[in-house]
Amino acid sequence: MSEPLIFERSSPGRAAHAQRPAAAQQLSAIPESLRRKAAPAMPEVSELQAVRHYTRLSKRNFSIDTHFYPLGSCTMKYNPRACNTLAMLPEFLQRHPLAPMSHSQGFLACMYDLQEILKDVTGMAGVSLTPMAGAQGEFAGVAMIRAYHRARGDSARTEILVPDAAHGTNPATATMMGYTAREIPTDAEGDVDIEALRAAVGPQTAGIMLTNPSTLGVFERRIKQIAGIVHDAGGLLYYDGANLNAILGQVRPGDMGFDVIHMNLHKTFSTPHGGGGPGAGAVGVSQRLLPFMPIPIVGKDGDHFRWLDEADLPQSIGRLSTFMGNAGVLLRAYVYARMLGRDGMRRVAEYATLNANYLQARLRAQGFDLAFPGRRASHEFIVTLKRQKQQLDLTATDIAKRLLDYGFHAPTVYFPLLVPECLLIEPTETEDKATLDLFVDALVAIWAEAKRDIAYVKGAPYTMPVRRLDDVRAARQLDIRYQPAR
Amino acid sequence: MSNIPAELKYVASHEWVRVEADGTLTIGITDHAQGALGDLVFVEVPKVGRKLAANEACAVVESVKAASDVYAPVAGEVSAINEALASTPELLNSDPYQAGWMWKLKPANPADVAALLDAAGYAKVLETA
Amino acid sequence: MPFIPHTETDVAQMLSTIGASSFDALFDEIPPELRCGELKHVPPRLTEMEVARLMHGRAHQDRHGLSFIGAGAYEHHIPAAVWEITTRGEYYSAYTPYQAEASQGTLQLLYEYQSMMTALTGMDVSNASMYDGASALAEAVLMAERAHADGKRRVVVPRTLHPLYRKVLFALIDAQNIEIVELPADADGRTDIAALSALDAGSFTCLVIPQPNFFGVFEDVDTLTDLARSKGAMVIAVVNPVSLAVLRPPGEWGSGTSGGGIGVDIVCGDGQPLGAPLSSGGPYFGFLTARQAFVRQMPGRIVGRTVDLDGKPGFTLTLQAREQHIRRSKATSNICTNQGLLVTAATIHMSLLGAEGLARVASASLNGTAELTAMLCEIPGVERVFASPGFHEAVIRLPQPVAPVLAALASAHGVLGGFDLSADYPELGHALLICVTETKTPADLRHYRDALATVLAAAA
Repeated sequence: MSEPLIFERSSPGRAAHAQRPAAAQQLSAIPESLRRKAAPAMPEVSELQAVRHYTRLSKRNFSIDTHFYPLGSCTMKYNPRACNTLAMLPEFLQRHPLAPMSHSQGFLACMYDLQEILKDVTGMAGVSLTPMAGAQGEFAGVAMIRAYHRARGDSARTEILVPDAAHGTNPATATMMGYTAREIPTDAEGDVDIEALRAAVGPQTAGIMLTNPSTLGVFERRIKQIAGIVHDAGGLLYYDGANLNAILGQVRPGDMGFDVIHMNLHKTFSTPHGGGGPGAGAVGVSQRLLPFMPIPIVGKDGDHFRWLDEADLPQSIGRLSTFMGNAGVLLRAYVYARMLGRDGMRRVAEYATLNANYLQARLRAQGFDLAFPGRRASHEFIVTLKRQKQQLDLTATDIAKRLLDYGFHAPTVYFPLLVPECLLIEPTETEDKATLDLFVDALVAIWAEAKRDIAYVKGAPYTMPVRRLDDVRAARQLDIRYQPAR
Repeated sequence: MSNIPAELKYVASHEWVRVEADGTLTIGITDHAQGALGDLVFVEVPKVGRKLAANEACAVVESVKAASDVYAPVAGEVSAINEALASTPELLNSDPYQAGWMWKLKPANPADVAALLDAAGYAKVLETA
Repeated sequence: MPFIPHTETDVAQMLSTIGASSFDALFDEIPPELRCGELKHVPPRLTEMEVARLMHGRAHQDRHGLSFIGAGAYEHHIPAAVWEITTRGEYYSAYTPYQAEASQGTLQLLYEYQSMMTALTGMDVSNASMYDGASALAEAVLMAERAHADGKRRVVVPRTLHPLYRKVLFALIDAQNIEIVELPADADGRTDIAALSALDAGSFTCLVIPQPNFFGVFEDVDTLTDLARSKGAMVIAVVNPVSLAVLRPPGEWGSGTSGGGIGVDIVCGDGQPLGAPLSSGGPYFGFLTARQAFVRQMPGRIVGRTVDLDGKPGFTLTLQAREQHIRRSKATSNICTNQGLLVTAATIHMSLLGAEGLARVASASLNGTAELTAMLCEIPGVERVFASPGFHEAVIRLPQPVAPVLAALASAHGVLGGFDLSADYPELGHALLICVTETKTPADLRHYRDALATVLAAAA
């Protein structure tokens, strides 16, 4: 059953009367020349029609609340309901961003506490909560590196080093900041190629962007050596916090030698992904980058909290959002952090790593090939289907689509780009053993199906609201808005 | 095996070049390249009159899952573009060496073409890739 | 153990399957000297009941006053159904809809959102959202630089644009060698047309036009649009989406042949008034719409309608090759996550209000503001700063410095009186930006007037 567009439920003159002001329009104050001539083509529906339509649409989604979601590099863990309920207390929702400090102490206390907690778990000297997503946190991080070099009068640094396995945002961010992104190769074991790194650094090196554990699902063992090489060349180290869940409470980026990090609070601190945001990309910095942090930041004078802005940090890279970033998301992260507590932080990494290594061991025992068989998994690991592709023409996409029929969201496919036909699998700490076992059973069953009838697997999914979609048509014959038939 | 016409010149980055009677060069991407990219959904070509350096990234071909730069085989000035690609990028898939040509170039130095790969040389590139 | 389902038996079996002796063995590739000890500043854990008590207490500290602050974030009634549905787990806890077949709900909703935003702004294409209004403007400027055949890396921004938007714009484009030229305001609180006329043709890439502007005043959008175009520049509109229910959309700005003008190139703004609570400044969402010709320069995600293997209609992300996960260093932007959940709320909000409902909200807000302005100006020494008509904000001048007056209004009368303009616009004197939306009753307005009269009299 398909669900019509809300526009197709519309009838002229129908409305949700209780939801709008009772008074009719009175627009004489607007000069005639500025007034809208024809009303915009919006739906005209009753409250029940809207409620039923969007409730029905919701049922056409997979989500963590309904399905196992082992999406590598995305940390799809359970989003505790209390975080939402408490962030949506009416006083928090009604607080205007420009409200006076006298009406803000409760909110600011939460933000101050969160800054302190994040400083502790990352081993950094300062934290700014304002970036609105991981990519904006990255932007802030590289902007601070740039500001640092400029403040020292060093304008020769034009390159940012990025491992070839990095997230696409890393080189995209470097470019946005006016740097050239230079790729560093990875060795066969999944570590950064140290000799290539040595050859690449120099007076032109502004810094390096690293994820650790890397996007290959393994811990970069020579991180101290890498830090030494980059620091000796005068560059700074940037930590992409995408995989922070793997080391929470175990290893701190500050102790590894990183100068700046961004955290994805929507991953590690379990704020919801919301079907594509909002995220929150708080940044942490070492001592030497403190003056450059993005504003505003919460400061504390005695018992009184207040915003620190341009006046307090004149060298700041500035403002990244109109107000202070995704405040409501930060409140959720704060509630989560308080419910975990200090021991809970450590357990996140322990059980995330336990689940990943367990799944890895079970899949290996069932005959699947690992991309890095000699390595310990971090919180995620990579299966490569190169052999299945050669023997059966079974691809990562085929497995991904067929898994949907088995009631599992697909792992991340075709990332990292270095590994052919890869599945990047991240179970997270909130899944139980029985779920992981069922997931293994499903992968084994799909492989067996492919041996019997590859065409059947390639036709999947069969049980979703739609079958495989024609994305070539979607791009060639762009249809990206509803246009009523004339 | 992909089609590599013997009369054309090639670049290892998968462009082909045809020397026309008037000395201009017609440029496109090879059959191998279109096959590797899959169904193309968008093609961006350089503007007429733009001066290109050899190996300059000057065009983009885009499939659903990938976007690749296309490079100028030799230096020169763009003298014509294939307007049809704007609405029918699939010409690059169906007929890469004829209807799917991308742009014409007036070479800065006609002798540069001689240094490009011939069909056998390009075939060797594909074998070793 | 909070949020961890494992029993001791599970752990023992799993470690045995792995062949590891303990949890510590799972971290044996990490150099031991890097392992950290106990976290010292993270407090011990709280139960849900304990953390609820803490948060209720903190929330209570920030108890709400009667607010007349606008300045980029507006208090509107949000229908109860909006967040009830938005926080359903199927929306709340879903990922970006990369697996289209398992994400048809989110994808169809985004397609409906794109349709509503293009209708509201009078443009051809919309993306699936940006972070907020200010960052959407920065992306719009970068988009114009990419799209303009002859980008001059110079953008003209009026002083009547929100001061925080100007700061964010600067921070986000500073590294890209783009110069920002500021246009002054005239005595009516509008962008100075003469200053724009004085700029050389061909000397800048684009003009930014806020409508209504930061003072709540209506700009002469037609003249500005025509002038910018005559100088070979693109036009970016920054608009309040609720105002578009009653104002001519940017797609029709400028003089045209048949009543409607040829319109601007890119429209952006903050979607907060469409169903997002004030919530201390976020999460909100930015919207970005444009003419068809610029669709490939657009950052962010776009949803398209297509068909499946059986020819049945369905929805999928499209034009993905522009994005960072494919184009890497050549991507249009580094954005990946946007503000999906807020767009979910906005789409439901717009469905419930419809064009007529939004127009009534706009009408009640602008008439309420006019009423309050008139009432406050009855107080001796209080005056209107700009005579020109405006939307749901207005600037008044007080006979005394603004900050102490606002402090007294808040502490003694529970009135949050507006946004103090004296730091950002010292040339306006003791100026205060006030805002009224449909949420305020006539009694609320009288309360503010009486409170202000009392405070001013006490200080005089």
